Amino acid sequence: MAGKTLYDKLWEQHVVRTQEDGTCLLYIDRQLIHEVTSPQAFEGLRLAGRRPWRATANLATPDHNVPTNPEDRHGGVEAIHDPVSRLQVQTLDRNCEEFAIPEFHINDPRQGIVHVVGPEEGVTLPGMTVVCGDSHTSTHGALGALAHGIGTSEVEHVLATQCLIQAKSKNMRVRVEGRVGPGVTAKDIVLAIIGEIGTAGGTGYAIEFAGQAIRDLSIEGRMTVCNMAIEAGARAGMVAVDEKTIDYVKGRPFAPKPEHWERAVAAWRELHSDDDAVFDREVVIDAAGIQPQVTWGTSPEMVVPVGARVPDPAAEVDPVKAEGMRRALDYMGLAAGTPITEISVDKVFIGSCTNSRIEDLRAAAAVAKGRKVAGNVKQALVVPGSGLVKRQAEEEGLDRVFIEAGFEWREPGCSMCLAMNADRLEPGERCASTSNRNFEGRQGAGGRTHLVSPAMAAAAAVSGRFVDVREL
Amino acid sequence: MEKFEKITGIVAPMDRANVDTDAIIPKQFLKSIQRSGFGPNLFDEWRYLDVGEPGQDCSQRPLNPDFVLNQPRYQGASILLARENFGCGSSREHAPWALLDDGFRVIIAPSFADIFYNNCFKNSILPIVLDEETVDRLFREVAATEGYELTVDLPAQTITTPGGEEIPFEVDEFRKYCLLNGLDDIGLTLQHVDDIRAYEERRKQEAPWLFETG
Repeated sequence: MAGKTLYDKLWEQHVVRTQEDGTCLLYIDRQLIHEVTSPQAFEGLRLAGRRPWRATANLATPDHNVPTNPEDRHGGVEAIHDPVSRLQVQTLDRNCEEFAIPEFHINDPRQGIVHVVGPEEGVTLPGMTVVCGDSHTSTHGALGALAHGIGTSEVEHVLATQCLIQAKSKNMRVRVEGRVGPGVTAKDIVLAIIGEIGTAGGTGYAIEFAGQAIRDLSIEGRMTVCNMAIEAGARAGMVAVDEKTIDYVKGRPFAPKPEHWERAVAAWRELHSDDDAVFDREVVIDAAGIQPQVTWGTSPEMVVPVGARVPDPAAEVDPVKAEGMRRALDYMGLAAGTPITEISVDKVFIGSCTNSRIEDLRAAAAVAKGRKVAGNVKQALVVPGSGLVKRQAEEEGLDRVFIEAGFEWREPGCSMCLAMNADRLEPGERCASTSNRNFEGRQGAGGRTHLVSPAMAAAAAVSGRFVDVREL
Repeated sequence: MEKFEKITGIVAPMDRANVDTDAIIPKQFLKSIQRSGFGPNLFDEWRYLDVGEPGQDCSQRPLNPDFVLNQPRYQGASILLARENFGCGSSREHAPWALLDDGFRVIIAPSFADIFYNNCFKNSILPIVLDEETVDRLFREVAATEGYELTVDLPAQTITTPGGEEIPFEVDEFRKYCLLNGLDDIGLTLQHVDDIRAYEERRKQEAPWLFETG
């Protein structure tokens, strides 16, 4: 009998029961909750007279709607100008109080983007099943967890039962073999993967990221990769546990207590695919061939190396794809054949659950240091992923580097990744963004998003256009 | 949840691949704490010429005459014909809520994004996967015939065209059962309370750190 994949192991450890048709009741160890996808779930509990099955298995924090400019933030929930946003954050506070769900409130120093806060606190751990009403929950797979996004009905289901009704996905492994060159980051790796397999390439699969270039990444880098598994169509992305994983978890506030630590570590060391495990699909990518990436269109798969040109739809044989490319070029205001490095930017956003951790901010600051944001760039935002990331960055003096270069230094939240708060693009504005989605209107109606790494975003900010960060 | 058995309705074509949930319901409408009322904002950025905000009276807004769902021939449609990877991106259940609120009960496409597909079944919407060739043909037939209707029969797992042709489709048995009976998943799961408790007791022995409370 063939060995098991990492996903097989995580799955089997969490099966409560299997129905006749193979659908399983899967136990959920941790649910993260934010203000946008939870109000209707709590309302459902109330209407049915139900209580949470295990309230302390959940952790809530507001992130999507919170203001990030320090003046507004200082006033807490009451200072959120938009009454609809304010009500949503207040509703989260009320629901957490009523149902005894632990919450990091808006101005708690531990507040932040759920997918930054979870690993940072040790709230999400190797071997756990982790869910959240947010598609970027795949982030937590970087720790060797089974983590994926769910809809609001399922948020309610997990609150009420601590379980999900699930059919098992197929196994895919993406091996990034060899080593990436200098200036090539986790973000470039994952964008290159999406460019290779396409935005639906992982649909129906759980993806394990493996190979030398993935093992070489820090845990934060692996989070960036797993974060965007969903952009390749896979609900869950994951990386096997190694010594880096265990070192990362050690000492975090919610990490296993000393009396359980050794047992936990022993169990975590089993969280890797067996040598003889069989995958339904395997993709191998040469790390040495990956260049810094820039998206040119309105889907993350519309991506090219920074040295390339905007592709020509006329060269595409598939008519549906060609039409999609034409529509994307029209929306993005770009002509086929334009060199990427001739595209200028109006705004720069460094942040989001993909790229707002301390290593991301260090990489961006290293580029910004001693330089100035270009005159044609109207706004360059740096939004740390959590209060603790912000504090750490300030201790290292990164805030000064950014401010001296002309960037705005903000309070933690999702911010311009999806523009639910006041941080957004105006119609027609073009943005170099470290976020995860370049969909039409994602960063503001009519806004044009180019996805890049933190170093590439900082390089675009100081150059006023896309440049190869390795040539700065 | 409303039961789903058999539906006959006008088919509206959405002829583009990778339609994401940001397009289906833009972010500003996700600030609502309700489960209904999203219908007028379905495909908001494509549907209207202005930028929509929550709480607006949409009947006063300028419609985009080029957007397919604004064409008179597709008014009242309950079946959406779509391209590959429909519903990709954000996990927002507001997307199926908006589709349902605007009258859609069936979506036909060559493929769906996983989370969206799953969310549909929780809201009495039936997503049907058909091969690309058949979807192509349906697009042609819809374009050629004004008032083109299909009948979707869930118990029989068939789609019937105006010409009487029957197209079979696959659906997971358990999901079919829940849709047909309008069943609440939570109620079903709570029939297995003893299994959940037994699992927890076992796991507390195997992996006690998972039950620490910080």
